[in-house]
Amino acid sequence: MIDEIREIAKQYPESKSAILPALRIAQEQYGWLSREAFEQVAEALDLTPAYCMSVASFYDMFQLEPVGTHMVEVCTNVCCGLVNAQAVLEAFERELGVSPGSTTADGNVTLRAVECLGGCSTPTIVAVDRRYRQSVTPEDVPGIVAELKHG
Amino acid sequence: MAETTIGFEPPALVLAGAIEHPLTDITSYRAVGGYAQLERARAMSPHDVTDQLIQSNLRGRGGAFFPTGRKASFIPTPDKVAKPIYLTVNADESEPGTFKDREIMRRVPHRLIEGCLIAAHAIQSKHVFIYIRGEYSTEYDVLAAALEEARGAGLLGDVELTIHRGAGAYICGEETALLESLEGKRGQPRSKPPFPAIQGLYASPTLINNVETITNVPKVLELGPQEYAQIGAPPDSTGTRVFCLSGNVVRPGAYETPHGITVRHLIEDIGGGIANGRTLKAVMVGGSSFPVMTPDELDTKLDADSLGERGLFIGSGVITAIDDQACIVQFALRVAQFYMHESCGKCTPCRVGTRWLVQILRAVEDGSASENDLEVLLDVCDRIIGKCLCVLGDSAAMPVASCVTKFRDEFRAHLEHGGCPFGEDSSLAHLFAPVDQHAQVTA
Ligand SMILES: Cc1cc2nc3c(=O)[nH]c(=O)nc-3n(C[C@H](O)[C@H](O)[C@H](O)COP(=O)(O)O)c2cc1C
Ligand code: SF4
Repeated sequence: MIDEIREIAKQYPESKSAILPALRIAQEQYGWLSREAFEQVAEALDLTPAYCMSVASFYDMFQLEPVGTHMVEVCTNVCCGLVNAQAVLEAFERELGVSPGSTTADGNVTLRAVECLGGCSTPTIVAVDRRYRQSVTPEDVPGIVAELKHG
Repeated sequence: MAETTIGFEPPALVLAGAIEHPLTDITSYRAVGGYAQLERARAMSPHDVTDQLIQSNLRGRGGAFFPTGRKASFIPTPDKVAKPIYLTVNADESEPGTFKDREIMRRVPHRLIEGCLIAAHAIQSKHVFIYIRGEYSTEYDVLAAALEEARGAGLLGDVELTIHRGAGAYICGEETALLESLEGKRGQPRSKPPFPAIQGLYASPTLINNVETITNVPKVLELGPQEYAQIGAPPDSTGTRVFCLSGNVVRPGAYETPHGITVRHLIEDIGGGIANGRTLKAVMVGGSSFPVMTPDELDTKLDADSLGERGLFIGSGVITAIDDQACIVQFALRVAQFYMHESCGKCTPCRVGTRWLVQILRAVEDGSASENDLEVLLDVCDRIIGKCLCVLGDSAAMPVASCVTKFRDEFRAHLEHGGCPFGEDSSLAHLFAPVDQHAQVTA
């Protein structure tokens, strides 16, 4: 991982610029940004773990606590909201048995509500493991949840 | 899974050739004349390319509508500075309601790359960064693949092009926050001046433009600046827009049309009108950062001057129809919650003011507010607008103030009714707003 980060850092005039890609790689590897993950990033880029934490905490996509194997993110900004976002979010809450911001007891799925994902003409947008599903309706939710249980 | 509807009214420029099917590979892009303008541009002097941009009056599609050629002309020439010159493309697209850059990147990635290389030539930059919002995974893949093709075809020459992925922060779309983020820091805006053209990325001269702006550049050269400047609503709003139509319309989608069509035409003719037989209550124009439009303003033309006369903005080309099933207080509340969540916390009017907006709007919504609180709400807006380091503060206050002013009766109805008169029937009822380390939970 350290070598991979250093390789990416070469694309930038200053290696510190590679902190976001580096944190992304670390998060993919560890599942979330643990102390160890920060230490690795810091080591690769000649930064301190504390600095890396301060940067990571600014950005919404970095998980500072353990999360589920899968991530379901439902847009609840106004464009999706006007159509059916709240109903979609509630359907996920029902199917998964968790509220937004939490993870199922088996550690399989984390449900999040997020701000506008930029797919406003096909509401509701749900990002499943960071890939967009468009025009999701409450009726689609059981199928998506079943997919995650088996996948 | 439904795909985004794409449409156009002639002439399609940005999405030309990509309306029916995405134009992602280099061979199909070349078949519609792709990269021919890059070759032409490189045979011209940098100054002449910038001059064509100036003559076309192409303006920024990222929100501020600043003349692109003029901005490029602020970049010092290499003989005047001992530092590298950078071009940074803003693909952070996070303004609620905006999805055009995403469509551009996944449909015509090569036109964006060609635009980058032409613009780099104009300012004599050898390193281009495209800062793409972190959530855009598919778009990143498409763009990265196109970049490899362009590199393989030797089109980059001595220019380096780096695609940099963000990590989820609306404020990083603000140009100086974007630069901070790209330098590996928390994305907090810088105070200006110095402007990025003089001291931008790594304190070097930096041109920052939106994806759609840059994707227009090959078309400016192809048509010639004079012809380009005839399109749309000259002299100020030339060319086309990829409008982002969403909300309660029959056919939401990304529609490229010349500037100057009316909001009514876009919503009623192109968008098929309001869905489910309901009536229009308000329109979010430009994005959630701007004042809302009322139905009596529907014949306003979508160009900067016509909108400006009504205190409205073209922003990033957003048109979101809000029907009469939505409670406007809930709308204002959800918008305010967004800005509270996204405030970087650097300056007080924005950090504290956005929280106050949320608190007061919540009190209006649940009926515990008084008539005087509406004045307080407007007063808080007033104390935010123009008093922050960056425009995010204004972006929270302007839509809220416009809702209170234009829909005062509905706000009052909440007070008289002792709560939301819609009850559970509003489409926005209980709409959940994300709460995490960015927002104070108590708000
Ligand atoms: C809070 C905030 C968010 C912004 N987000 C974006 C964005 O996501 N994309 C964008 O192109 N411009 C955004 N802008 C505008 C940029 O600061 C800048 O004006 C623009 O990228 C310049 O490019 P243009 O001249 O081609 O429009 C934002 C501005 C503010 C204040
Ligand atoms: S206005 Fe808000 S987002 Fe902008 S610098 Fe100030 S606190 Fe940060």
